[in-house]
Amino acid sequence: MKLPALNNKSERPAELNRREFFKSGAAVASVTLAPGVTLMAFGGEASAKADPGKRWGMLIDVNKCSTDCNACVTACSEENGWKLDGHPETDAQWIRKVDLKHKETGREASLPMMCQHCETPPCVDVCPTGASFKRVDGIVLVDKHICIGCRYCMMACPFKARSFVHEDIEDQKTNAPRGKGTVESCTLCVHRVDAGRVPACVESCSATGNGAMMFGDLNDPNSEIAQALKNYPSMGLRDDLRVNPGVRYTNL
Amino acid sequence: MMRLVATLLVFISLSTGLAVAGETTTYPDIPKAVGAPHPEGNAYMRINHMRLMRHDRDLTMREGDRSIKYSIKECVACHAVMGPDALPISVQEEGHFCRACHEYAAVKIDCFQCHNSKPEEGFVDLLKQMPPATDDEIQAYLDGMSQ
Repeated sequence: MKLPALNNKSERPAELNRREFFKSGAAVASVTLAPGVTLMAFGGEASAKADPGKRWGMLIDVNKCSTDCNACVTACSEENGWKLDGHPETDAQWIRKVDLKHKETGREASLPMMCQHCETPPCVDVCPTGASFKRVDGIVLVDKHICIGCRYCMMACPFKARSFVHEDIEDQKTNAPRGKGTVESCTLCVHRVDAGRVPACVESCSATGNGAMMFGDLNDPNSEIAQALKNYPSMGLRDDLRVNPGVRYTNL
Repeated sequence: MMRLVATLLVFISLSTGLAVAGETTTYPDIPKAVGAPHPEGNAYMRINHMRLMRHDRDLTMREGDRSIKYSIKECVACHAVMGPDALPISVQEEGHFCRACHEYAAVKIDCFQCHNSKPEEGFVDLLKQMPPATDDEIQAYLDGMSQ
């Protein structure tokens, strides 16, 4: 069997014999292949997977975070397509601003709170289906294909970082699929990280000029974030739980 | 006797032929895609598209492999059907590519409970700009499939 010419002007460099052709499982391709087959349909380049040598994390300088700024929350909402719709009890929220006041000294502070991407995430421990999982590079995610919406992870999370989707959603962002009956949380903008970019919140924070958020690889001793962690005191929230959050705070 | 059997056989084959011909008229009207055809062929994709997508979704989500071949993002972009306003229509509207067959086969699609059934702005144009594959690339692809 001969493949039709795939290109009008040139012949195929090597002919597949009949057996190989059928073995390839592409027998039906002979009638449907046409000029102009794109490379995109093939993919097949060297795969760039999540790197187990990395651990993505964040450092938040609370001194630089201003009370009246909400840029990170807005940017996350815009990037991932969630919004507060007037139902504070049920609306999904991936990142929130928390204002703190020290009772004795009166010192006020404001900080963004989201999934802390723990090294030993309690949400993963309790998940009965394996939907809640940690990627090899430290990003904690929900596999919504197998999430049954039991919400154990929401109970287990010490940071109240996860939300349950209560209502039907339409017109999601293609990079952030979301659906009714599943739990969701900050993905550390995994689609951006895989493309070599920084999360939307960090980008918007530096765009405001505050520059309170820093993103990087905690395992790379030469990275900006690892240097900052080495040289200045910082803390993970609820360090007493020993979950070792990937998001750390300084000047808190 | 043999003549009777032969006549019967001819009659049966004729009537089935007629039945098939009658059915074809009710086949769904499948919208054309913008991009190039699947190298696997349409028949293969009709049977296996969900397996391919399921396999690659786990690779992408769990292992962060973004260089995969089959993604629902590209499915809905290449197979986008434009509405009267020249914008891609969603699966809620009649004529959506996925809906055409799934309605015919009475198979529920779960994908779009979470995924968007419309491509992101500019994605379709991006697909159209992709350069056509060279013969070597197609050969390499077919070789890879036979392994």
